[in-house]
Amino acid sequence: MLTLEKRPHRSAFWTWAAPPVAVLLTILFGMVLFLILGKDPVIAIKAIFWDPVFGEFAFYYRPEIVKKAAPLVLIATGLAFGFRAGIWNIGAEGQYIIGAICGAGVALAFYPLEARWIVFPLAIVAGALGGMIWAAIPAILRIYFKTNEILVSLMLVYVAQVLITAFASGLLRSPDGHGFPGSRNLSQYSAAANLDLISGTGMHWGVVAALVAVLIAFFVLTRHQFGFDVRLTGQSPRAAAFSGINPNRLVLFSMALSGGLAGLAGIFEVTGPAGQILASFPKFYGFTAIIVAFLGRLHPLGILLAGLLMALTYIGGEVAQDNLQLPAAAILTFQGMLLFAILAVDTLTMYRLRRSRKEVR
Amino acid sequence: MDINPILLLAALMVASTPILLAAIGELVTERAGVLNLGVEGMMIMGAVAGYIVGHSTGSPLAGFAGAAAAGIGLSLVFAILTQVLLTNQTATGLGLTLFGMGLASLMGQGFEPALPVTVSKIAIPGLSSIPVLGPILFQHDAIVYLSILLVLAVYLVLGYSRAGLILRAVGENHDAAHALGYPVRLVRLLAIMFGGACAGLGGAYISLVRVPQWIDGITAGAGWIALAIVVFASWKPWRLIGGAYLFGGMTVLQLNIQGDGGKIFGVTVPVEYLSMTPFVATIVVLVVMSAGRAPGSLGKSFHASN
Repeated sequence: MLTLEKRPHRSAFWTWAAPPVAVLLTILFGMVLFLILGKDPVIAIKAIFWDPVFGEFAFYYRPEIVKKAAPLVLIATGLAFGFRAGIWNIGAEGQYIIGAICGAGVALAFYPLEARWIVFPLAIVAGALGGMIWAAIPAILRIYFKTNEILVSLMLVYVAQVLITAFASGLLRSPDGHGFPGSRNLSQYSAAANLDLISGTGMHWGVVAALVAVLIAFFVLTRHQFGFDVRLTGQSPRAAAFSGINPNRLVLFSMALSGGLAGLAGIFEVTGPAGQILASFPKFYGFTAIIVAFLGRLHPLGILLAGLLMALTYIGGEVAQDNLQLPAAAILTFQGMLLFAILAVDTLTMYRLRRSRKEVR
Repeated sequence: MDINPILLLAALMVASTPILLAAIGELVTERAGVLNLGVEGMMIMGAVAGYIVGHSTGSPLAGFAGAAAAGIGLSLVFAILTQVLLTNQTATGLGLTLFGMGLASLMGQGFEPALPVTVSKIAIPGLSSIPVLGPILFQHDAIVYLSILLVLAVYLVLGYSRAGLILRAVGENHDAAHALGYPVRLVRLLAIMFGGACAGLGGAYISLVRVPQWIDGITAGAGWIALAIVVFASWKPWRLIGGAYLFGGMTVLQLNIQGDGGKIFGVTVPVEYLSMTPFVATIVVLVVMSAGRAPGSLGKSFHASN
């Protein structure tokens, strides 16, 4: 029998090797899943991982991957700070939706003003603030009433989903929409549109923001007092308290940070790829970002790679849906398995496998 | 508002049952020191499995058994990951919810119900003919009674049996329990499986009785509300009933008001704002009832070397 034995130190090898091994494991388990579904596993995996990047229609899919990765990386970068310190913001999905609603609301308030230098920045600020405020609710409730931030932030996701449906058919409904739900299309309103900076590359402002966020997060985490506080609190809350770190401030800061970034992701999505506030606004980025954060080992650079990989599985999943009639839910199952694999392989950084010896009785 | 209070209260018990079932399972899991955030995933697996098995065999009993088995199956994934491979419970539970939602959607796609399933109501002789109370309390299907009996059983086992004492010891301090020679991992494995079975039953109650049909995402957050109710109940079985019926009441009341044209005392409230009330109420209740003390080892991984 094999048993786990605690290592004296973190394994440097497995710290780097865990994510690729987890991806390989997921591919293996995924092939079993596709086999059960009656699809050719090799073709399915090729459709998911190979075709979007190197296949015949890669010129179309590559920009889509970049666009999908941007919100995931933005949200996951923010989440990583809280997760490291044991602060569980599970409601990034809600903050992302509220960010989109607030930003779109501000942009639409200026319609049809053509001054892009004022409308677009204000919309972005409103989006970030909206996400921040939505995330501050669980933070403040945790600080003052010791409520569980996991549950509160999650309940607020459901509230946000109700709100976006209400706004799409109520306050933000397009007056030119013939009574159908849905706001004006922001990607066609030149003062607020978030289009490709270089056409055909998928590089919109959200992508730029994601890259900047990764760089700043990297320096804050490794070189700044706040990053040190976060890491210390995660490793030993007691030691952190003795060294004078205010845990309440840490909760508020890391929640507001992740909420703000999720709000940014929302506003860049609604002014760009999505275009309008609608009940069918692209969802689930906030939840998938949790997987991205863990797959990236809660490290900004790792998150960048993990975000691209996860975006690939999304786009690849769409390719597989079209080519193989693979159901849309299959990719969600696949992503769940990816999270399981990374968590399981991660154990090897702290433990090693040993053949168990007979115990002395 | 012309809402019949007797019908409302009877409907309340039906609406609360899935949440109560999932919550009593999670309560046992948490009292053993394991935080399984995958309740929503296990519920939806139970919903789809119960629907498929029930409508293939035509037997509600087989449906509910299949649902419990599906819940246990998914909970075993969680158990292996967190107890054997020592993964982070919070992240694994979230993964379980995503995985369960995906898998349930896969299983439910294209399923055509072959046979009808009817879960008949059982009027308890004598008691059901009491005016007012009879129709509210004693004219339900077997699962409603089962959910309350389960709460009673959990209360008795946790508080008055040796097995319950060991389970609580494992949850309060796993190192001490291990030192006393109790099989920490085995106790936790069984508790996780019980949680899975209960969540599966709760899910099947939604797809076989409450709605009753299969729709993607049918549980719509019921699993998360069940988690909140465990906190609300301060990990005490009896209080779960109050919590679950409070939320069931909110759900039924807002549905009734929606059906009534969204009028509350003559003021019309948009449907969307009514449907968010159970979630807002959960937050309010979490704020008001934050006094409870969680089991000491809740959410911590156990490894004998520590």
